[in-house]
Amino acid sequence: MDFVINSLPLYWEGALLTIRLTVFGAALAFVLAVVVGTLGTMRNKAARAVAMVYTEVFRGVAALVLLFWFGNSLQEITGFRLETEFAAILALGLNVGAYGAEVVRSSINAVPRAQTEASIALNMTWWRRTRLVVFPQAWAQMLPTFGNLVIELMKATAIVSLIGLTDLTKVADDFRASAVADTFTVYSVALVGYFLFAQVLIVLVRLLERRANRKLGRPTDDSLLGLLRPPSIGTTTGGAR
Amino acid sequence: MEPGNEPLIKFDKVVKKFGDNVVLDGLDLDVNAGERVTLIGPSGSGKTTILRLLMTLEHVNGGTIWVGGKPFSHMYRGDQLVPANEKYLREHRKTIGMVFQQFNLFPNMTVRKNVTEGPVHSLGVPKEEASERAVELLEMVGLADKIDAHPTQLSGGQQQRVAIARALAMRPEILLLDEVTSALDPELVAGVLDVLREIARGTDITMLCVTHEMGFARDVSDRVFMFDAGRIAESGPPEQIFGDPREDRTKSFLKAVLEHE
Ligand SMILES: Nc1ncnc2c1ncn2[C@@H]1O[C@H](COP(=O)(O)OP(=O)(O)OP(=O)(O)O)[C@@H](O)[C@H]1O
Ligand SMILES: [Mg+2]
Repeated sequence: MDFVINSLPLYWEGALLTIRLTVFGAALAFVLAVVVGTLGTMRNKAARAVAMVYTEVFRGVAALVLLFWFGNSLQEITGFRLETEFAAILALGLNVGAYGAEVVRSSINAVPRAQTEASIALNMTWWRRTRLVVFPQAWAQMLPTFGNLVIELMKATAIVSLIGLTDLTKVADDFRASAVADTFTVYSVALVGYFLFAQVLIVLVRLLERRANRKLGRPTDDSLLGLLRPPSIGTTTGGAR
Repeated sequence: MEPGNEPLIKFDKVVKKFGDNVVLDGLDLDVNAGERVTLIGPSGSGKTTILRLLMTLEHVNGGTIWVGGKPFSHMYRGDQLVPANEKYLREHRKTIGMVFQQFNLFPNMTVRKNVTEGPVHSLGVPKEEASERAVELLEMVGLADKIDAHPTQLSGGQQQRVAIARALAMRPEILLLDEVTSALDPELVAGVLDVLREIARGTDITMLCVTHEMGFARDVSDRVFMFDAGRIAESGPPEQIFGDPREDRTKSFLKAVLEHE
């Protein structure tokens, strides 16, 4: 027990890096997902090609390889060294953003064509109807899958020690290596840390979902327990073409 | 042609195909300003397609549509007519409004927003003014108390009346109505038809209605077009079409519809 209390500050420092990587990685992934996903729904062939190349390339490449590439290889080719933490955020964001882009694309495509037609009848521009009509409806559809993706991203941050960053996992691993406590204890603390963080993320996404559904005039499950229900897989991209 | 006598809407040998399915095969159709016309005819005869072409939701494969004496499906490049581009369509379709069979209200917006977003974003009407106008229009359709409701909280009939208010908020010269009561429970139909009668009586908007409500068609229309397989089988004033149809196709169609009622 003493070990746990004394080592908490160090764990906390590792956890802070995990949180930073998750938050910034998710922010980057989100922006990429929205922009690239939207490009993927456009009639313009060039826009769709850009979207396809990005999603296929970054979904196909393991996050780990991306991490090594940004962390090490990039410097060898260009002589330009990315700050390690930034390299990690880039690798995670680009990877998860590719999955997110597919979610955005299929959610937008799942909004009934009749909604677009109604906005054309009101003579709205492409930009206005995407922003005011299509995207807000697709948003409710994206959120559950986004919830899953951000948790996937958080879990994926555990690989960053491989380019020399000290995240929550690395802190635990260092304790094990220095044998200050047994393996069970050192990893259990990390486990609890990840679990709590995942819970926070789930609750945040749930709150966003509720708000989105309320805006669509849909019934929402307002129970406290409902907030902890993990995002359901499969309710995600229904009707996607 | 005399300027004053020019039809407001003119279909000139319009061809519309879906793949190999030729839906309109050289259709000629004129509608005058302020006229109320009803399109009737069997399923698949192309009635919806005509309205969708006018709303620019579909595009012609041949021929030209003219509105207000100007090309509508096409635009001039030099003195050549070429298919209209999006910019041209945006400039010209603002005179046209449409009400859909399935209402198609925006579920992410309140009733007020549904009615104001078009004028605010497409016509640049100030928010306050659009909102005042929304109140007026919702009063006209009998739904002023629902202004802050969500579409999901309304019955089909109420949703359709909001959809009519939404279309009118754009101050269209031409209003397209595609079977606007077909998706409604029977007891809600009358309320919507009353609103349309009111519009026919109180405005000079040119109306094109596709409907199976023959009583309504008889009351409001100046002319009825009977369609069959993408062609006008017969057209004339409602008294003639309903009272003394000349074509066998019209007779059998009307018989089928009236028996169904
Ligand atoms: N988007 C489309 N793709 C392919 N075919 C279509 C499409 N829209 C309409 N059609 C075809 O065009 C023809 C005319 O359809 P339209 O909807 O205009 O008929 P309608 O007179 O409105 O019929 P209804 O009374 O059933 O509404 C039909 O054969 C239909 O199958
Ligand atoms: Mg139809």
